[in-house]
Amino acid sequence: MAAPDSSVTDARAAAEWAARTCYGKLVAQLTAQYGDVTLAEDVLAEAFASALASWPVSGVPDNPEAWLMKAASRKAVDAARKAGTAARHARTTRPLMTDADMTPPEKDGSVDRDRRLELLFLCAHPALPAPAHTALMLQTVLGFTAEDIAAAMLESPAAIGQRLARAKRLLAKGNIPFAIPPDHIRRERMAAVLRAIYAAYTSGWENIAGGTDPVTGLASEAEWLARCLIRQVPGDAEAKGLLALILYCESRRAARRDSAGRYVPLNDQDTALWDEARIREATALLTEASQAKSPGRFQLEAAIQAVHAARRETGCTDWALICQLYQALRSTAPSAGAQIGEAAARLQAGEPETALTLLDAIAGKETAQHAPYWAVRAHVLYALGEVEAAHTALQNAASLTPDEATRTWLLTRRRDT
Amino acid sequence: MQFALFLFEDEATFHALPEDQQMAIVEEHMAFSKELQAAGAYVTGVALEPAGTGRCLKAAGDIQDGPYADTKEQMGGVYVINAGSMAEAEAWARKCPVHKSGGTIEIRPVPDYGSA
Repeated sequence: MAAPDSSVTDARAAAEWAARTCYGKLVAQLTAQYGDVTLAEDVLAEAFASALASWPVSGVPDNPEAWLMKAASRKAVDAARKAGTAARHARTTRPLMTDADMTPPEKDGSVDRDRRLELLFLCAHPALPAPAHTALMLQTVLGFTAEDIAAAMLESPAAIGQRLARAKRLLAKGNIPFAIPPDHIRRERMAAVLRAIYAAYTSGWENIAGGTDPVTGLASEAEWLARCLIRQVPGDAEAKGLLALILYCESRRAARRDSAGRYVPLNDQDTALWDEARIREATALLTEASQAKSPGRFQLEAAIQAVHAARRETGCTDWALICQLYQALRSTAPSAGAQIGEAAARLQAGEPETALTLLDAIAGKETAQHAPYWAVRAHVLYALGEVEAAHTALQNAASLTPDEATRTWLLTRRRDT
Repeated sequence: MQFALFLFEDEATFHALPEDQQMAIVEEHMAFSKELQAAGAYVTGVALEPAGTGRCLKAAGDIQDGPYADTKEQMGGVYVINAGSMAEAEAWARKCPVHKSGGTIEIRPVPDYGSA
C-alpha cells in the first residue's frame, strides 16, 4: 500500500490538533458573537470541513485557530443572511441575529479572549435539565457527537440525542444568557458546572468496593475540562478540589486490574503501581485549595482520596480519619453515595453495626437499583454473620454491575460461614 | 429545574402606604424581574389582587368569599424561576422585594415532567 500523501496527513493532523485544543474556545467565541450555540457548532463543523479540503493544497496555516475562526465567522454571516431572507419571506418572529451582529470579528478573525467559562455556565444553566449539562459540555466544549457521548456514558445514542435536542430547543428560545452569572448565585452556578464535569468523570463506572474507584468513563475528558475551568477561575477552591479528586482517582488506573485483567479493589491495590506524579499534583492542588478555608464537597471528597493515597507512604489506611471526612461530607452535601462511602469506611474501621444503620437509613427506591449499595451491604452483613441476607445482597450487586471484571470479583466474595 | 416563590405579606400594611410608596415597591418588583431575566432565571410571575377579591370553592360545592385561610399574611404573588438548587433559589428569594420589606416567601421545587 502506498504511503498517504504527507500534505494530507499533515493537514488532517493539524485539523485534529486544532479540534482537540481549540474547539470549545472557538464555539465559545462564536456563541458570544452570534448568540446561538447551535449555529456556532454548525459553522465550525463547516469550517473544519473546509480546512480538510484546503489545507492539503495550500498548506497548514501558521495560526490554524485564527484560520478556523475566520472561516466559521464567514459561514455564520452567510447563514444569517440566508436566515434573514427566509425570515422576511416566512415572517418568522425571531431572526437568527440582527445586522449589528453580522460584522465579522476584527483583527483577522483572531480569538482575543477565551470565553469557555461562559460556555460552561451556559451548558450548566438551571433552565436546562441537569442530566443534559454533561452531554452539552462534551458536545460544545470538546466537539463530541451524540454517539461518542452515548458510548462513553453507557447509554443509548437515542437517549443522549433526545437529551441534547431538548437542551438545544431550550437554548434556542434565547432566554439563557451567555454570561458570567451575578455574584449572589455565582457559587451555586459554579457548583452546577463542577457537578457536570464530575458526572463526565463518573459516567459509566462503578464504585463497587465502596471507595471511589472508576473503571471506565470519560476520565481524560473530565480532567481536561477541569483544567480548562481552573485556567478561567484560578482562585476557585472547589474547582481545584475537583481536579485533585480526579487526579487521585486517575493515579490508580494502572493498579485497578491485575495482569489477568481481574478487578483489584482499592484496599488490595499494589501502591507501587500508583502514578506518583498525579498524586503529587493532586496533593499540591488540595493544599492550595485549603488555604481559601472554604471546604466544599469536592475538597472533602479529594481529602478522602488523599488519605487513601497516603497508604503509598505509610503502608496503612487511616479509616478513622476517612470516617470523619465522610461525616463532614455528609453534612456539607448529603447524598446516598457519601452515606454508602461512610458505611464502607465504618466496616473497615471495625464498626459493622454503624455501617448497617447508615445503609438502612437510605434503603429504598433510590438505592434498590444501585450496585454499590448492595455490594457494601453484602460485606457488612457477612461481617455481622448474616450469611443468607448477605448472599442475596451480593447477588443483587452482581446483577446490577455491567462491568464483567467487577462482577466476577464480586461473586468471589461469597462466603459461606 | 424550576422553583416557585410564593409571596406572603400583610396586605393591610401595603394598602395603607401612600401611592408613591406603593409604586416604588412595584418598581422594585420590576427591577427584580429584570435581574431574573438577565440571568436567564425568569420563567413567569404574577401579582394578585387583594385576597378579599377572591373566592374559594369548598369540597362540598359551596363558594366562600375571601382567602382560604384567615391569616395575618396573604398571598400577594408568585414567581417561577430557574435555579440549580434550593440554595440558589434561596439566594434569589433574598433579593426579592417581599423579603426586604419583611414578608414571608415560601420556596417550592417544581417537578419536571419532561415537556419542553
